[in-house]
Amino acid sequence: MKVSYKWLQEFVNIDISPRELADRLTLAGITVEGVKETGEGVSKVITGQIDSISRHPNADKLVVTSVNIGTEKLQIVTAATNVREGDIIPVAVEGAKLASGLAIKRAKLRGVESRGMMCSGQELGIDPKTMSAEQASGIMILPPGARIGEDAKEILGLDDYILELDLTPNRGDCLSIIGVAREVAALLGKPFRLPQPSFGELDEKTEGQVKVDILDRDLCRRFVGRLIKNVRIGSSPLWMQQRLRAAGMRPINNIVDVTNYVMLELGQPMHAFDYNLLQDGHIIVRRVREGEKIITLDGAARDLTPGMLAITDPSGPIAIAGVMGGQSTEVTDKTESILLESAFFNPVSVRRTSKALGLRSEASLRFEKGIDIGGCARAADRAAQLIVEMGSGEASAGRVDRTSETITERVVQFRPSRASYVLGVDIPGETARDILTSLQFKVQDANGDLLVTIPTHRVDVSLEVDLIEEVARMYGYDKAPETLPFGKSTGGMKTIEQAYTTRVRSQLAASGLFEVMTYSFVHPRVFDLMNLPAGSPYRNTLNIQNPLSEEHSVMRTMLLPCLMEVLVRNYNRRVQNGAVFEMGRVFVTRGLDTQPEEKTILAAAAMGCAPGSWNLAPAAFDYYYLKGVLENLFSALRTAPVTFRPESADPSFHPGRTAVLEADGVRLGILGELHPDVLEKYELPVKVTAFELDFNQLLALSGQPADFIPLPKYPGIERDLAVLVKKDIPAEGIFAAIREAGGKLLSDVSLFDIYSGEQVPDGMQSMAFSLKFQAVDRTLTDAEAVEMTNAIAGALAGKFGAELRS
Amino acid sequence: MKDKLHELGEQARGKMAEAGSLEELNEIRVRFLGKKGELTRILRGMGSLSAEERPRVGQVANEVRAALEEELAVRSASLKELVREQKLRSEGIDVTLPGSPGQRGGIHPLNAVLEEIQDIFLGLGYSIAEGPEIETDYYNFEALNLPKDHPARDMQDTFFISGEILLRTQTSPVQVRTMEKTAPELPVKIIAPGKVYRRDDDATHSPMFNQVEGLAVDRRITFSDLKGTLAHFAREMFGGKTITRFRPSYFPFTEPSAEVDVSCVMCGGKGCRVCSHTGWLEILGSGMVHPRVLEVSGYNSEDVTGFAFGMGIERIAMLKYGIDDMRLLFENDLRFLRQF
Repeated sequence: MKVSYKWLQEFVNIDISPRELADRLTLAGITVEGVKETGEGVSKVITGQIDSISRHPNADKLVVTSVNIGTEKLQIVTAATNVREGDIIPVAVEGAKLASGLAIKRAKLRGVESRGMMCSGQELGIDPKTMSAEQASGIMILPPGARIGEDAKEILGLDDYILELDLTPNRGDCLSIIGVAREVAALLGKPFRLPQPSFGELDEKTEGQVKVDILDRDLCRRFVGRLIKNVRIGSSPLWMQQRLRAAGMRPINNIVDVTNYVMLELGQPMHAFDYNLLQDGHIIVRRVREGEKIITLDGAARDLTPGMLAITDPSGPIAIAGVMGGQSTEVTDKTESILLESAFFNPVSVRRTSKALGLRSEASLRFEKGIDIGGCARAADRAAQLIVEMGSGEASAGRVDRTSETITERVVQFRPSRASYVLGVDIPGETARDILTSLQFKVQDANGDLLVTIPTHRVDVSLEVDLIEEVARMYGYDKAPETLPFGKSTGGMKTIEQAYTTRVRSQLAASGLFEVMTYSFVHPRVFDLMNLPAGSPYRNTLNIQNPLSEEHSVMRTMLLPCLMEVLVRNYNRRVQNGAVFEMGRVFVTRGLDTQPEEKTILAAAAMGCAPGSWNLAPAAFDYYYLKGVLENLFSALRTAPVTFRPESADPSFHPGRTAVLEADGVRLGILGELHPDVLEKYELPVKVTAFELDFNQLLALSGQPADFIPLPKYPGIERDLAVLVKKDIPAEGIFAAIREAGGKLLSDVSLFDIYSGEQVPDGMQSMAFSLKFQAVDRTLTDAEAVEMTNAIAGALAGKFGAELRS
Repeated sequence: MKDKLHELGEQARGKMAEAGSLEELNEIRVRFLGKKGELTRILRGMGSLSAEERPRVGQVANEVRAALEEELAVRSASLKELVREQKLRSEGIDVTLPGSPGQRGGIHPLNAVLEEIQDIFLGLGYSIAEGPEIETDYYNFEALNLPKDHPARDMQDTFFISGEILLRTQTSPVQVRTMEKTAPELPVKIIAPGKVYRRDDDATHSPMFNQVEGLAVDRRITFSDLKGTLAHFAREMFGGKTITRFRPSYFPFTEPSAEVDVSCVMCGGKGCRVCSHTGWLEILGSGMVHPRVLEVSGYNSEDVTGFAFGMGIERIAMLKYGIDDMRLLFENDLRFLRQF
């Protein structure tokens, strides 16, 4: 809502600057986003009348004019084509400045002196969107009779400030000048002047010439009509035009402008019907019937659906109630009589209708927030008054006013003690009373409490707590102290999931991975990119009905595509080494009308290698890197033992470089190199290793008790053992055999080298283990260690045909 | 003979002073003090001395020996020191060469900020609650005093899965879910972080973003408590000198409602580009829980009051780190992530 500072002053005396006013309103909850000076930067532009226009001696496209600016006549050369002798126009004289910053100097145009410039609306800072095409393209022509030699800004109403309000949806009442003026009056402690329209009327009555029937009273609680005769269509006065423009509306003609003006001033949307085009002068407000159509004022043919509310005459719909009028009864240059409509329509009905039709208007915007049902008659009178005063028509006597109810005002109790209970600050009853009164509430004392009558324009106030807010915001939020809640103390707690989330995050970050955050919605194509077959359960997605784009249209069922996207984006930006992880939810559908299962997944993906240096070769971000990361994580979380079982059937992963992770027979997730087909589809020319784990499974395995094992009292013995084994024997089995053969005294075993190549037969590899023997009760002898090592070697030979390597 | 001994002493002392290494010094020791050394040789001639001269010469010989041995020890120590120094000098390295690159990853800035926020409220006795990201219309809107066709629904452009199922537009549904579970027990003190979704996408809006909701419900929780709690939070988060300002506002599920501004973290309130020269930054919305929300959640709103607040983590992270485009937070460019 754009509010003119000068217009406000018609209803309340304001003795502070527009910017101060903006701050005061903002701190009272009416947020002012900005203050704009109309005609900002424009100076020394004066109204002048064109006395004569003659041809330019040296140019076909220029003319030489003589312009009377009151004190003198100026010779001005112009290229304008829309001016005629006698026109009154704004003239930028020598030394003038225009909105664009342009400074006007005396100049010679093709050899002829020019002492100023005629101005267009845009040059004076008027938004071209608020001017007709004709006005926007040429010099601004003022109506005949405009005073000459005056400051054009004043004549055009450009000496004003516009407050741009960012209103919250509850304050529909402030979508009007008087609504804001009420707030201003309360804030400044000044009286508020509500306009009381009075004007001369014809003898003939509206009642009798206009018949109004409301058939659906639930959707139309009030309909006020006023008949205007002897209408003379023309343009509205400059001051009215400027006020409409300042509010962002384009002036059309005197009648339409009046309806818009009243809407801006009082917040009551109005409509004018051409009375003579109305069948039988009979208005019927009713729900639309099957198959009814209308052509709206914007020229569009619209199919209406039953349930919508229409203004009809006996021939059918002539307006969509509260949304837009129809072409069949539109006010035109030929209009002689009009019927002004000032009604109250059901907010929900207007909102549904305008949404269904995709048609939002200034009127629907106000109706859907709820307008002042008590103000319909006043608005109709105000419009009639303006039309009469402008000489644009004559008002028939009285109004038709149909309403389904007696309009009553709610009474709400306000207890100062309750305000203190909610606010934590004692606001004296007297102060509360003054505040509420200044906001136009009627207040009665009732044994220390207040009985507050809510005016019909404050549709947002219905509970005591609403009044408490009214009092608090005017009293000043800054006056409440800063305290902390007291009462029963609580221990702040993270759930186990949250505590583990923090730990997993830190552990993975410390292992060299960067955490990422990606969108929960993906492109449906990602399942193809991940090489998933048609029947894959991952394709069973939950789809967004109204996505922003296909790119973000289905809820993800896996995290890997999101991480792939991150790697690809980085790779294409020439960041080609990196490891990332994410913890996030995936969504498993349970049908359209139920909430899905939300599973937290921990996933990681890595490409390239870790940074190397002058003293360290870079380590590849490969399978073994991520496996190490996971082993460290499992150890840090104290999980139950996790096994890595070779997996060759997952379509997203390399069949020879992938393992499924299991613990206690439950699948925890998958780790592996991505399938070359997936990389090809993503057009990523490097290998990627990735894992996806079910976070809740991980959690279930974690937190095994830490049992203390006493430190050894006797020294242990270390022995190395190198064996030649076939390459295709999984290391896990060899480790198990070593442990079994080593028995209790083998306290540790690690693999420190794998070698194949020279001196190792094809298909074989040399594996070198470091064995540590330790007894809790004595020092082992070398002979014992040798014996046990030999036993282990023997076991490996027996089980795997391993040859001892010397 | 005494003279010979003194002369020998002088000579040995001179050699020791000249010795440049421990090896040379050892040679000198052997030459003068060794079993076959010069001092021994002289003493062997003692047999030719008279009985009364013998002890006197013997005493002199012992004195010379003691003096030489002492000198030898001193000299040996200083030579050892010298050798050590030389060794250390030769072992020097270039300490300005880069260190070995360890593995260094990082936590996403949004989660880093979230952890910080959580810690502040954990310290105030709040627990952390969570709720589904795909919500019902009831919890996301209706239970929060936002019936269907309410104009305030326009404040949050919503992604729908079906008529009743949607991507939550705010973390506020966790308020109702938590109260339903807790009622009629008191107090409720939670914060609820999580992802939320709205149909917006530009430099200052992302279709997915993160919020933290806060809720405290008890007997006699006041608006002043809300002010104190959030003022404390702002000081912890943005520094001890941060000032908060409460502006009346509107949210359907709170009454009275307030937007909370903090003094600009960049200019301290003097006015700069970041705060559009106002000196203030809007960081969160808050208010006293609306009686209808308390009632649908199972509390008697006459007896029980509460406050709630909600903030966007992106906004706070952007202010904290001076990030000017929200999209950077979701692009996950490693060059960006490495900066935190």
